[in-house]
Amino acid sequence: MRLKLVPQNTNWDFFARPTLTLGISGVLMVLALISFLLQGLNFGIDFRGGTTIRTESAETIDIAEYRDAVGSLGLGDISISEVFDPTFGPDQNVAMVRIQAQEGQEAVTAEVVAEVEAALREAVPDIRFLSVESVGPKVSGELIQTAVIAVLLAISAVLVYIWLRFEWQFALGAVAALVHDVVLTIGVFSELQIQFDLAIIAALLTIVGYSLNDTVVVFDRVRENLRKYKKKPLKDVMNISINETLSRTVMTSVTTLIALVSLIVLGGDVIRGFVFAMLWGVIVGTYSSVFVASAILLKLGVKRDWSKPDANAGNQFANVDA
Amino acid sequence: MLQIDLWKRVVIWALCALGLLLALPNAFYTRVETANDATAAIETGASDPALREQAAMWPAFLPSGLVNLGLDLRGGAHLLAEVQVEDVYETRLQAMWPEVRDLLREERDRIGTIRLQPSEPDTLRVRLNQNPDQVQAAAEIVRGLARPVTSVTGAGASDIEVSTDGADVVVRLSEAERRATDERTVKQALEIVRRRIDEVGTREPTIQRQGSDRILIQVPGVGSAAELKEIIGTTAQLTFQPVVSRTSDKDASPGAGNEVLPSLDTPGQYYILERAPVVSGEALVDAQPSFDQNGQPAVNFRFNTSGARKFGDYTAENIGNPFAIVLDDEVISAPVIQSHIPGGSGIITGDFTVEESTQLAVLLRAGALPAELIFLEERTIGPELGADSIEAGKIACIVAFIAVLVFMVLSYGTFGLFANAALLLNVGLIFGLLSLIGATLTLPGIAGIVLTIGMAVDANVLVFERIREEARTAKGPSRAIELGYEKALSAILDANITTFITAVILFAMGSGPVRGFAITLGLGILTSVFTAIFVTRLIMVIWFERRRPKKLEV
Repeated sequence: MRLKLVPQNTNWDFFARPTLTLGISGVLMVLALISFLLQGLNFGIDFRGGTTIRTESAETIDIAEYRDAVGSLGLGDISISEVFDPTFGPDQNVAMVRIQAQEGQEAVTAEVVAEVEAALREAVPDIRFLSVESVGPKVSGELIQTAVIAVLLAISAVLVYIWLRFEWQFALGAVAALVHDVVLTIGVFSELQIQFDLAIIAALLTIVGYSLNDTVVVFDRVRENLRKYKKKPLKDVMNISINETLSRTVMTSVTTLIALVSLIVLGGDVIRGFVFAMLWGVIVGTYSSVFVASAILLKLGVKRDWSKPDANAGNQFANVDA
Repeated sequence: MLQIDLWKRVVIWALCALGLLLALPNAFYTRVETANDATAAIETGASDPALREQAAMWPAFLPSGLVNLGLDLRGGAHLLAEVQVEDVYETRLQAMWPEVRDLLREERDRIGTIRLQPSEPDTLRVRLNQNPDQVQAAAEIVRGLARPVTSVTGAGASDIEVSTDGADVVVRLSEAERRATDERTVKQALEIVRRRIDEVGTREPTIQRQGSDRILIQVPGVGSAAELKEIIGTTAQLTFQPVVSRTSDKDASPGAGNEVLPSLDTPGQYYILERAPVVSGEALVDAQPSFDQNGQPAVNFRFNTSGARKFGDYTAENIGNPFAIVLDDEVISAPVIQSHIPGGSGIITGDFTVEESTQLAVLLRAGALPAELIFLEERTIGPELGADSIEAGKIACIVAFIAVLVFMVLSYGTFGLFANAALLLNVGLIFGLLSLIGATLTLPGIAGIVLTIGMAVDANVLVFERIREEARTAKGPSRAIELGYEKALSAILDANITTFITAVILFAMGSGPVRGFAITLGLGILTSVFTAIFVTRLIMVIWFERRRPKKLEV
């Protein structure tokens, strides 16, 4: 008895209400943008500059006590939060102390860190400092720039690749899906105010990669079926293609989700934000390859006059032999 | 149908075996690490029986490359420093002043007396006191000091630009010279940082140039960024300068060509010194911590030949006058020259502790930084946090692995087992490649591996689903398998190439942990495509040849 997540011969209509699904995606994107504009992202020190100190002590953490200890130092906005994680033992009480970048300082000053550590040590004698990370505002500005460039570069590289391998309508559809995924991910991070740091950019790019992976598999089948069913309306061809690839789409999403869920539960809090971004991205990416990329392809239409009859003629990899 | 040539089979298995062999040392991480350290020590000349024993813990015929653990996993200190390249312009121009002065003095009859004017750090401004109308002639004389720039790009240009401004001759470094100087400064700073860290003797430090004027320093293991900064952040510019007078007023006007510097040990004590040093730290060949005749910690030093001659001549001519030993613009001490000091060795005394004198000796031996470093980024990661992260990552990997394995068998039966074999091989190959290229595994890198576990099955899933489809319509099991592979290939390649593109971009743009993620993701894509289109296919063909099933149970 085989486990089947998707029945064998599905014949679902994915484009019964294309305007509605595209509309929902559009509304979600607008909401994400509004949230981003209203509250902005909770940038980590990579992008904002400043210092984070990770502390651990056997005593339970009293945030007010920590705040009192460092509040008198006059270092501006200091945020203190306790970190919870199922992998921590009973004696592991972990807190993150975040100090903003100090006014008018390009570099990081060791004195500030030393002051804060001394003040905390006085309040909580058994405190240990597991990590201290400081980023100067000069670098953080550049990091933002590099990150934005990286995401744009990835999207345009993909646009060009798909355009070369398929048709421009496919490329537009795929890129629309990517933008959709990236915007929704940023929206979630701004809405939930999860810390947004350099690793999240890596996650964003992975989402771009994953979502694309999914979209390309669907498109590959659409391309093949367009040659196979020359007379069928585009909508039917696309439905056939998505139904045919559906069980693969679900299988791959589920295996990836299994891996990610085990990471988010067991992988420790340091990379939780990163894994969360990917988890969200896999779900959104799977959705968007059908309901955004393919829906847009359907709206744009596609050239049906394939002068070359051979299904694999346009595919330079067709002769790769193993 | 469904045939794979024998030589291809051999190549595929050989590649797998090679990959796994390369990955093998990582399974015995600490043992191999100790053995490698011992071997390295023996190569440098040590011959301790204990070392030999340690070296023998891992047989020499096996590969011994290990995956480097990133700072976030091993703990350690990370610093990003920016070299203040502009500092050097000032030193360069100041060093020109005596030359300019002597040259213009020879022409005193024509251009009269001259005086050095205070100016911005990157210019040298000389005023003609008596004959301002001769300023062009004076500029022409100074131009005679120009030398061609010594660099590939700046060929043909001269190193200084001389202009006039009223009665002033203004000397600046040319654009080409600035670029050449910047380049030299950063290279020199990099070298000095490397030497200082080597002197302290930490293992496997990473010291890299980043961009035009930055240096990235990563030192794994214990220690904090603050400690590291003390070693590499000190300029350690040592000079011996003639003393003009002492003062207690830090705003005292020093006079042209002189400067006021504070005393290191006595607050409120200042010295007026001639700016041009007699000898500087570059002339040092050795420095060792020692004790002076009163048993106080001190540093012994020795000059090279030219430094020794200059120092000897100066001390011979200035018996009875004080001279100052200056470290990074602070006067350590200002002894009076008692006698001619030939031979070029001496001792620096001051109010040192033993640690301070040892560190000073290290800094002097390694040489001075050509310019100040400012730190843009510093991170200290405690080793326990790293160990916790590894532990958590390991558990997450194992759980993810088992869950995916079970899920695949449930979904595809026998074929699922094939995919699982490929998956195990896949992770082995990733580690093999990581060890081979000496890449660094970071925490996001582990996430990359976990993600690859999830995604690696994708290629196999594509094939299996395709085989399923073909088996429904087709023409017998072997044809279905063949068609499945053939038709899934374009989707597999397109999908993985696009993901690979993003991995490459991440690698190129990212730094540190992000780059670690890009590496494992990229390698994961390569190995998963390899295992899916070659290894599982080969396994499947072998299975098919043995069983010859009439019907496919996919």
